[in-house]
Amino acid sequence: MWKYCLKKTAQVVIVMILISFFSFAIVYFAPGDISDMYVNPEMTEEQKANVIAQLGLDKSMTEQYFAWAERAVHGDLGVSLSNKSAVWPQFMQRLPATIILMGSSMILSLLLAIPLGLWSGYKKNSWLDNLISSLAYMGMSIPSFWFGMLLIIVFAAVLKVLPSSGMHTVGNVSAFDTFQHMILPCITLSIGHVAVYIRYIRANTIGQLSEEYVLTAEAKGDSQTKILFRHVLKNTLLPIITLMGMNLASLVCGSFIVESVFGWPGIGTFAMSAIGSRDYPVIMAYVMLSGFLLVVGNFIADLLYAFVDPRIKRGGASGGK
Amino acid sequence: MNNLLEMKHVAVNFAAYGGTVQAVRDISFSIEEGQTVALVGESGCGKSITAKTIMGLVKKPGKVMEGSQIIFEGTDIARYSSKEWRKFRGKECSMIFQDALVSLNPTMKIGKQIMESLDNHAVTTSKEEKKKKVIDMLKLTGIADAEKCLEKYPHELSGGMRQRIMIAIALISHPKLLIADEPTTSLDVTIQAQILAEMKALQKKLNMAILLITHDLGIVADVADKIVVMYAGKIVEEGTVREIFYHPVHPYTKALLNSVPRLDRDGKEMLCTIEGNIPDMTNPPKGCAFCERCPHAMNICAQYMPEEKTVSSSHRASCWMMDERAAKGGVAHA
Amino acid sequence: MENNIVITNDSFAKLEKKKTVEVSVERQSVWKDIWKELRKNKVAMVSVVLLAILIIAVLLAPLSPYDPYKLDASQKLQGISSSHWFGTDEYGRDYFTRTLYGGRVSLLVGFMSMIMTVIIGTSLGVFSGYVGGKVDMFLMSFTDIFLALPSMLLMVILNTFLKPGLPTLIVVLSLFSWASVARITRAETMSLKERDFVVATQNLGASNFRVIVKHIIPNILGPVIVAASLSVANAILMESSLSFLGLGVQIPRASWGSMLQGAQAHILDYPLLAVYPGVMILITVLSFNLLGDILRNALEPKIVE
Repeated sequence: MWKYCLKKTAQVVIVMILISFFSFAIVYFAPGDISDMYVNPEMTEEQKANVIAQLGLDKSMTEQYFAWAERAVHGDLGVSLSNKSAVWPQFMQRLPATIILMGSSMILSLLLAIPLGLWSGYKKNSWLDNLISSLAYMGMSIPSFWFGMLLIIVFAAVLKVLPSSGMHTVGNVSAFDTFQHMILPCITLSIGHVAVYIRYIRANTIGQLSEEYVLTAEAKGDSQTKILFRHVLKNTLLPIITLMGMNLASLVCGSFIVESVFGWPGIGTFAMSAIGSRDYPVIMAYVMLSGFLLVVGNFIADLLYAFVDPRIKRGGASGGK
Repeated sequence: MNNLLEMKHVAVNFAAYGGTVQAVRDISFSIEEGQTVALVGESGCGKSITAKTIMGLVKKPGKVMEGSQIIFEGTDIARYSSKEWRKFRGKECSMIFQDALVSLNPTMKIGKQIMESLDNHAVTTSKEEKKKKVIDMLKLTGIADAEKCLEKYPHELSGGMRQRIMIAIALISHPKLLIADEPTTSLDVTIQAQILAEMKALQKKLNMAILLITHDLGIVADVADKIVVMYAGKIVEEGTVREIFYHPVHPYTKALLNSVPRLDRDGKEMLCTIEGNIPDMTNPPKGCAFCERCPHAMNICAQYMPEEKTVSSSHRASCWMMDERAAKGGVAHA
Repeated sequence: MENNIVITNDSFAKLEKKKTVEVSVERQSVWKDIWKELRKNKVAMVSVVLLAILIIAVLLAPLSPYDPYKLDASQKLQGISSSHWFGTDEYGRDYFTRTLYGGRVSLLVGFMSMIMTVIIGTSLGVFSGYVGGKVDMFLMSFTDIFLALPSMLLMVILNTFLKPGLPTLIVVLSLFSWASVARITRAETMSLKERDFVVATQNLGASNFRVIVKHIIPNILGPVIVAASLSVANAILMESSLSFLGLGVQIPRASWGSMLQGAQAHILDYPLLAVYPGVMILITVLSFNLLGDILRNALEPKIVE
């Protein structure tokens, strides 16, 4: 199993380096001068020239890359072209909001999808299964931002029970207030994922129920509930870990959109305005940050899976005869 | 000897894409206490389904037809509710399957899987006592390192050991009947012999009957007392091992025996196979199902189902060749 | 048991066996299969019919008496009326007409990007699967990278660097969708490659090109068609998200997504503006998804009794 971990770690490192290349390329090839990232318009020509020489901005692309990478590792990702303050701290300030949104969405998705998917698969083709499957289908086909808008219409405009945007009401910093603001964005972000998870878990459940070991369990005299919860559950849910890893990309993209619809102050809205104003350093930082988030997330998922599935954990003496 | 199990007019149908498949058509046979009966036939003849019927494991789209009677120790278990079935399975009667690798839960430790069987049927005993019982059973099935084995997962063991685990799971509650569905087909020839011998030894120790399901007549000789030959959902011949091997009556039985590779045959002789395929079971022929492939087929074989005739008290067969009139028209039967 | 056995003189005579076996193989046409599947699933049937109506309506959009681009402030934000079936938007344009025109754009983008996705994905997949070896390994790693990317994000970023417009949009959409089609076609090609009829054809000296075109491609059409249907659904969803963010179809051109962007400003006072385009998207995407499933079930090789 340690071989597996090592291999995965190596993959992660390689991919992160690739991502940094790509992010660097964004600023390098962007229209405009890369030095704008680091110089103030108030500086004199001499000062600018000094900064440029210092930072190596007149050298070849590879040398620039390494210089940039070194600065990046130390937390210096340049300054935003729009407001001239450092990029990294601005991101860090907004990151918690996005993490809260993504995290709560993941939890909600699992809480809903696991019981619904299991039950759906167990009672295949019953009216309940058909209902759940149809809803899952709709969830997959609905544009999430539109669903968000619908929720705003129903709950904020018509029923007036929930706020329509932002993370806090002005002047209110209580957790409950944040929670209220979080409900609609979280549901919006989750709808697509819940649908996918339900379909996946349902298919897995059906698959596991037709496996031979279920027959053996019945031959032992196990009851149906016992089979479902003691045997099938674990085998059905194990692959979910990997699925969640694969869905992380979708989660990151989704939060980008949801933050826009609800004005949620996370890194998504920050990046959105940067895109609008062609603020390349910010865009670069966003790409890098999202990329790293993805890679690390998948890495954790893979490791987790290795720990939980005894077939990988223990390797095997196996081999048929 | 009393009859442990009596199958009477058992029929099983399956609703399928192209129609209703008559997988098992009105079969009757019995198993005595402590006896080993081999149910033999090629793939698709209905023997696995027969086994599942005894365990009540036939599920939609399969249906055990009205009029089927499965009498186990005097009770008709075909009428069992699901609760009664759960008490029955594993305790009165157990079943082991062909491929132990897929028949065991890959993510559950061996010890726990065996213990579950105990939990389903045992009188309340302490965890230590249960563990001891499991270890004793594993030792009985020939697993040396029983203690270590408890903590392992199925993929960490060899094929032979996995099959022994299956046997341990099946026998831990001392059932009166063990149904073994092709237990050695996926194993090496040498391991095959070992497992069969161990099963026989266990049978003696636990005074248990065995229903051995197989397509391979070769493994049956040493192990079985009685052989039941099935074809296309019907029993075509039944008899003791000697009777079947040395005095087979039904052409299908003879063909099966001929197709078993034998050591005493000249290596240059071609292996005999039975030409043709089993008939379409959604529309089974109204006469003898073997008619198409039978070298001795007569007109009446295609028209009417042959009646069952006794050859001796333990030997019976269903073939029109047994009729006195047949000797005149066609080839004399053995 | 039956006892009506009639014995005749030749009952026990040897049976003359017919050598010819009657095998009736009813060649079911693909359309029949599809129709059967549709009949089974009522919801799918309904949505496919709706889709057909929608496509026809969208194609007939030019018949509308209204100009989708003409601004008329005097008519703005009117509700439903007999002259304006969907009311008007914030610029006084007839919303129904705009919805239809928006449909033309959204569907066009969906189809065009599907075509590109399928062409790129199938070519790469079949090539990779057929050639195998190191080439396959390299190409598949390349494909996997694309599969793992946060597509939406990168589309957004790419769009900021490129000139906005329909062709750009279509290219960008396909750029991030071909990967899954490549995976599917590669898998199918690899399994087909080993099949006897392919090996036989190769042994007879057919060139690789011929083998691919005449034998492999016809047999992967099934999964490709399914993937195509799902690809349209996906493309329309993505396009609407991009346009909603202002990065896809540019105003004043209508697409369902860009209309929703405009509707967002009035979400609290004129919510209906947001409803119509969204419902259109939902119906269209749902229908294509369902169609994909139906086609998958219908085109699966079946045992014909």
